[in-house]
Amino acid sequence: MKNICFYFQIHLPFRLKRYRFFEIGTDHYYYDDFQTGDRIRNMVEQSYLNANRTISEMIRSSNGNFRCAFTISGVALEQLEQYAPEVIDSFKELTKTGCVEFLAEPYAHSLASIFDASEFERQVKMHADKIEALFGKKPTAFFNTELIYSDQIGELVSKMGYKTIMIDEAKQILGWKSPNYVYSHSDISKLKLLVRNHKLSDVIAFEFSNLSLTAEKFTSWIANFPEDEKVINLGMGYEVFGITQPAHTGIFEFLKALPYHAMEQQITFSLPSELSKKFESAGPLSVNHPISWVGNNNDLTPWTGNDLQQEALNKLYAVSERVQMCTDKPLLLDWLILQSSDHFRYMSHKDAYGTNYDTPYEAFMNYMNVLADFLERVDAQYPTTIENEELNELLKTINQQEKEIESLENELTKVRSRKAKKEN
Amino acid sequence: MFGWEFPPHILGGLGTASYGLTKGMALQENMEITFVIPKSHGDEDQSFLKIIGACNVPVVWKDSDWDHVNQRIGSQMHPDEYFWLRNGIKYDYHRIYTNDLGCIDFSGRYPDNLIEEISNYEAVASVLAHQMEFDIIHSHDWLTYPAGVFAKQISGKPLVIHVHATDFDRSGGKVNPVVYGIEKRGMDAADHIMTVSDLTRKIVIEKYHQDPRKVTTVHNAVDPLEDIDLFKKTPRKEKIVTFLGRITMQKGPEYFVEAAYRVLQKTKNVRFVMAGNGDMMNAIIDLAAKRGIADRFHFTGFLKGRQVHEMLAISDVYVMPSVSEPFGISPLEAMQVGTPTIISKQSGCAEILTHTIKTDYWDIDAMADAIYAIVKNPAMYNSLRELGLEEVNNIRWSDAGLKVRKIYESVM
Repeated sequence: MKNICFYFQIHLPFRLKRYRFFEIGTDHYYYDDFQTGDRIRNMVEQSYLNANRTISEMIRSSNGNFRCAFTISGVALEQLEQYAPEVIDSFKELTKTGCVEFLAEPYAHSLASIFDASEFERQVKMHADKIEALFGKKPTAFFNTELIYSDQIGELVSKMGYKTIMIDEAKQILGWKSPNYVYSHSDISKLKLLVRNHKLSDVIAFEFSNLSLTAEKFTSWIANFPEDEKVINLGMGYEVFGITQPAHTGIFEFLKALPYHAMEQQITFSLPSELSKKFESAGPLSVNHPISWVGNNNDLTPWTGNDLQQEALNKLYAVSERVQMCTDKPLLLDWLILQSSDHFRYMSHKDAYGTNYDTPYEAFMNYMNVLADFLERVDAQYPTTIENEELNELLKTINQQEKEIESLENELTKVRSRKAKKEN
Repeated sequence: MFGWEFPPHILGGLGTASYGLTKGMALQENMEITFVIPKSHGDEDQSFLKIIGACNVPVVWKDSDWDHVNQRIGSQMHPDEYFWLRNGIKYDYHRIYTNDLGCIDFSGRYPDNLIEEISNYEAVASVLAHQMEFDIIHSHDWLTYPAGVFAKQISGKPLVIHVHATDFDRSGGKVNPVVYGIEKRGMDAADHIMTVSDLTRKIVIEKYHQDPRKVTTVHNAVDPLEDIDLFKKTPRKEKIVTFLGRITMQKGPEYFVEAAYRVLQKTKNVRFVMAGNGDMMNAIIDLAAKRGIADRFHFTGFLKGRQVHEMLAISDVYVMPSVSEPFGISPLEAMQVGTPTIISKQSGCAEILTHTIKTDYWDIDAMADAIYAIVKNPAMYNSLRELGLEEVNNIRWSDAGLKVRKIYESVM
């Protein structure tokens, strides 16, 4: 029996406002709330709500046979809570069916997995906590930002206790191999890799209306795959339903028809965590250079391909260690939001998907102005003249001082009370 | 072709563009170009086309002998050619003041009696049209439209006019009716109109009421610099931001001052240079003083030839805040010497450039922001420099020449 594993991504960055250099040092609010809100409301109204309704109906009509996973970035969850709490409620409803799973991902949809391992861990943990708080269950499968993956990242993810990780079908990795098997990490055999079927995912996401695709046709393609190719991972942005493929193309009807036709073809639906339990690895995959799910080359060039992007990323992650020592809440929040990979993609000369700037240069200028102010604030907390290690020592002493004072005070009160008893 | 300027004696962008375009077109097969200018000096580069100075073309029959002619204009035109052209005099132009050879003394500049010079140029065109063999007439800018129209009427050959600017750009909306009349008549008579940008094309269609099918954009290009390696950037402590061009309302110099003022509020390590001359110069000096930035704001006066490239090369940023610029070739020249550029969205060259910062001319905040980013951020500077250089090296006159050829073929 073949398994379809659907997973849908929701991520939107906080839009930065037009921030001129003469505002550096005077204005510490970086966001264009109207743009952010407008964008997410648009997504919610045209896509998310309809899609959630459709999926809940699919689960009901198929008696729980239809199952799918969601991966929603932390910053997107925050936006939903703020601008469209009804979507959160609707996801909570879906959770009750037991047929959906939430994947873990870096909170800020950041590139921390490439630039800063400890920040990466911190964000993944943050995200997992948030998912648990909202939907009551800790994720066990992992979806990295933009499906970025390498052996190294796999190792980090495995250390954090995840047993499943989603990756993309990149030619340079798979070569002649089919994506329709479960694979494993090159050294850590218990970490299972689920390879996204690039072609079939894109057929739904980008070619649906051109091909006048039907659920019948789609399931028959899958049914005709070779006997032992049993796992078909289909991953895409959730906005495919209603925006990339508008409602009038019949995309929602296509979804609704899927469970029935899948049953007819003896295809079932599975969640990522179920797949890695159900299937043994067909073999290890070794990935030396990071891959992603964007572009023809499936690499990191959309975010790190030019000098502007490199510069911005280097300047940002140079203060990572410092910011992690901070306790200032607004500063920590800005730190997260500024890490969203989208800001760097807007600086790409070739592939600035979703940008709200006219040119990559504008994106860079604006971001660097914001970053300059942010760095000044970090510097104000802990001046750059002090080395990180020295600072760490100082902080430790301060923190320990508190503890020591506390314990001494405790002792003091004890002694006093004893003395008081004696006197009595 | 009828033109008004040709290097090395140029006063503005028109001469540079005429030179580049003809040189690019000369690479094509079956292309012979005769370029007429009001006043030739004899030192023009004639390796790829033939230059005729209208000042050497007789419009009134005078009896003179070979030796005399040779002595007078031999350095610029062969006496035989003079006599041959003399046979083309079919009208009586005694009303025009002519010299001993029956030729008109053109200034070749933009004198006060410009309108008179334009109509004299028309007289020369009649002689040439009667006598010469050609397939197409190409008129550069409004000064030569009447000549082109007259040549078309006489010869019956198709006329193509090349709009390098309109009076709407030059006057900022206060259009001179005489000039407009000349422009409109030229456009109406033309078989096809070429504009240097879509911006200009729009003006030609909307303000001169031309049929859009008759108007095609042929963007300008830039001639490769042969001695590019001679322009070196010496590392300096202070950054230089440059404005280069006529200091007139059209070029938006006051926006440059305001942007400079904003940048200098935040950083002191920058100097601003305004190179050029113009009727707003004093007003701009006043403005810089009023803003209290005169110690960091410098004027060079008019720069010529090599000096232009030298100035551009030592600059760290080149700014062109033009209110209205049909094309604007200088940002391309700045990019050639590896200087990052900021240009107004109201410039024609913005249509073909990507590796430059585009702002609205009035948006001084955006302009200041861009200046600040380039002088403060090496990544920004280097990206614009390297990618800009690559981009500008791919904008070639020969490609523009091919477009012109296509237009020729469509009207012939």
